[in-house]
Amino acid sequence: MKMNFLEFERPIAELEEKISELRHVAGSDDDIDIGSEIAKLEEKSKKLTESIFSSLTAWQVSQLARHPQRAYTLDYTQSIFTDFHELCGDRAFADDPAIVGGPARLDGRPVMVIGHQKGRDTKEKIRRNFGMPRPEGYRKALRLMKMAERFNLPVLTFIDTPGAYPGVGAEERGQSEAIARNLFEMSGLKTPIICTVIGEGGSGGALAVGVGDRVLMLQHSIYSVISPEGCASILWKSAEKASDAAEALGITAQRLKELELIDEIVQEPLGGVHRNPEATAADIKQALLANLEALDTLDTDTLLVQRKARLMNIGTFKEG
Amino acid sequence: MSWFEKLLPSRIRTEGGSKKTVPEGLWSQCPKCNAILYRAELERNASVCTKCDHHHRIGARRRLDLFLDENDREEIAADLQPIDVLNFKDSKKYKDRLVQAQKNTEENDALVVMKGKLKGLPVVATAFEFSFMGGSMGSVVGERFVRAAAAAEEASCPLICFSASGGARMQEALISLMQMAKTSAALASLSGKGVPFVSVLTDPTMGGVSASLAMLGDINVGEPNALIGFAGPRVIEQTVRETLPEGFQRSEFLLDHGAIDMIVDRRQMRDKLHSILSMLSPPVVSGDVVES
Repeated sequence: MKMNFLEFERPIAELEEKISELRHVAGSDDDIDIGSEIAKLEEKSKKLTESIFSSLTAWQVSQLARHPQRAYTLDYTQSIFTDFHELCGDRAFADDPAIVGGPARLDGRPVMVIGHQKGRDTKEKIRRNFGMPRPEGYRKALRLMKMAERFNLPVLTFIDTPGAYPGVGAEERGQSEAIARNLFEMSGLKTPIICTVIGEGGSGGALAVGVGDRVLMLQHSIYSVISPEGCASILWKSAEKASDAAEALGITAQRLKELELIDEIVQEPLGGVHRNPEATAADIKQALLANLEALDTLDTDTLLVQRKARLMNIGTFKEG
Repeated sequence: MSWFEKLLPSRIRTEGGSKKTVPEGLWSQCPKCNAILYRAELERNASVCTKCDHHHRIGARRRLDLFLDENDREEIAADLQPIDVLNFKDSKKYKDRLVQAQKNTEENDALVVMKGKLKGLPVVATAFEFSFMGGSMGSVVGERFVRAAAAAEEASCPLICFSASGGARMQEALISLMQMAKTSAALASLSGKGVPFVSVLTDPTMGGVSASLAMLGDINVGEPNALIGFAGPRVIEQTVRETLPEGFQRSEFLLDHGAIDMIVDRRQMRDKLHSILSMLSPPVVSGDVVES
C-alpha cells in the first residue's frame, strides 16, 4: 500500500521518495554501491520521523486521528478478536452502518464488541455516513449492551466518530434521547465496560458508547466536546482557527491523561497506527486483557459503585 | 420659547422641559407579535405575552419563584464556584467571561437548585440561567444537578428541572462533555430508587443538555414553542443544504414525534405538575412514617 503523508510529514515524504528512487537505481546498476547510501538515508528518515513525532501539535494529532489509512473498528474486529459476528438493527426503525457490533472472542473469551465505523472508499464512506451515527445506531448499541448484560459478556467499545449526525431525520427520531438513554443505561450496566478511543472521539456521538469502567486512548487519537473546526467557528468566528481551538480544547491523549479524564494511553508505532496496524492491534489486545483481568476481580456491586464514583468525581470547582 | 416660559424666572426654567421621559423598563415589546406590553402586567402574567401567549424567556430565580410555594425554600450548593482549570482562552479568556457573566447575572454559574414545596408537596427544583454563558453546562452545573438529584433521593421527593441551555460549555472542554455522563448517572440512580423526575424543556434546550438530563424525565414537558434539539438549526441547514420545515425542533414538533409527553402553559405549570406528581408517589422515607 502506498503511504499517504500528511502536510506536516512532507520532509519525511521527500526523503522516502529519494530512498525509493535510489532503490530503483540500485536494481538496474550494480556497479555503484548504493546499499550503504540507502541505509544512511533510511536512518536519517527514521530520525526525522522521530523528531517530527516527538513534538506534535494538537492539530497535527487531529489529522493523524483522522488519517485515511488509520485502522477502523472492523479492522480491529479481525486483528484483535476471533469469531466476530456482526448483529444489525435497532428493532424499531433501521440498521445504522455507522455503528457496528456483535459478539466475538478475545483470546477465547466471549465479549461484546461495539464501535463506530467509517468507510474506506467514497461509496463506503457515504454508506457509513462518515462514521456519524443516527439514533438507530445508539439504539442498536444499547440493544447489544443489554444483551451483553444478560449473557455476562464484558462490553468493549471502540470510539471513532466526528460526532452525531446533524440531520433532520436524526432530530425527528430523537437523537438527544437516544444519546441520553445510553449514558443513563451504561452508568448502571451490570457487566464490565472498557472504552477505547481509536481515532476521533467526537462529542455526544462518541460519549454515547463511551461510559465505562476504563477509558483507553490510542496515542494519536483525540477526544473532544466539539470538533476543533466547530469550536473555532463559534468562539473565534472562523473555522481557520481550528489549530488554536485544538490546542485550547486539550484534546490529545496525553493532555486528557494529565487531567485524569482517561485511564491509559496505548502507544502507537512511530509515524502512527497506519505504519504498523498489526502491532497496534496486539498492543490494544494486551491492554484490554490486562484491564479485563483487573475488572474481573470485582463483584458486580463493587464494579457499579466504582463506575458511579468515577463519573461523580469528574469536574473541577471551588466550594465555599 | 412660549410667552409663558418667558415670564418664568430663569432658575425655574428647565432644559427641554416640554419632553416627557418614559422611565426605562416600563414597557417591553413581545418578540413574537411585536405588541408593546406594560411590563408590570407582563410579569403578573408569568412573562407570557398578554396578546399572543408567547412565553418570554425568564431567568432561573424568577422561574423557581413562579414555581415553588413561597414558604420553606432552601437553596442547595449555592457556594460552588467555577474555576478555569484549562486556562482556556479564545478571543477572550474564560476567566474574564466568567467574571462578566457573574456580574451581569448575579449568579456564580448557570444552574440554581432549591428545595421547596409545590402546593405543599416537598420537591427539589432546579432551573438553568440562560443568560449565564448561554446556560452552558460545565463542572458547577453538573455538580449542582447531581446534588439536586442526591437531595431528592435522600428526601425521597420528586425532582423537577427547568432547562434552558445551549449545551456543554466549550471552555471546559472534555470535562463538560463528561458532565452529560455524570448527570445521567445521577438520574439513573434516582430512577432506581423510584423517585420521579420531571424535565421541563424551555426555550432553548440544545446540545449536551438536551442529550443528557433534559431528555431523561419520567415525564418530559415542553413549554409552548420552545426550541429543543441536539444539533442547532443552522448547523443542520448547512449540512443538509435545504431550508428546514416550519416549526422544526419546536415543542409542538417534538410532541408530534413522540419525544415529549405534553406541552404545558407556564401559567398552568404548578397545577399540572402537582396533579401529576401527587399520583407518582415515591417510596415513603423511613423515619417519617413507619413502613408497614
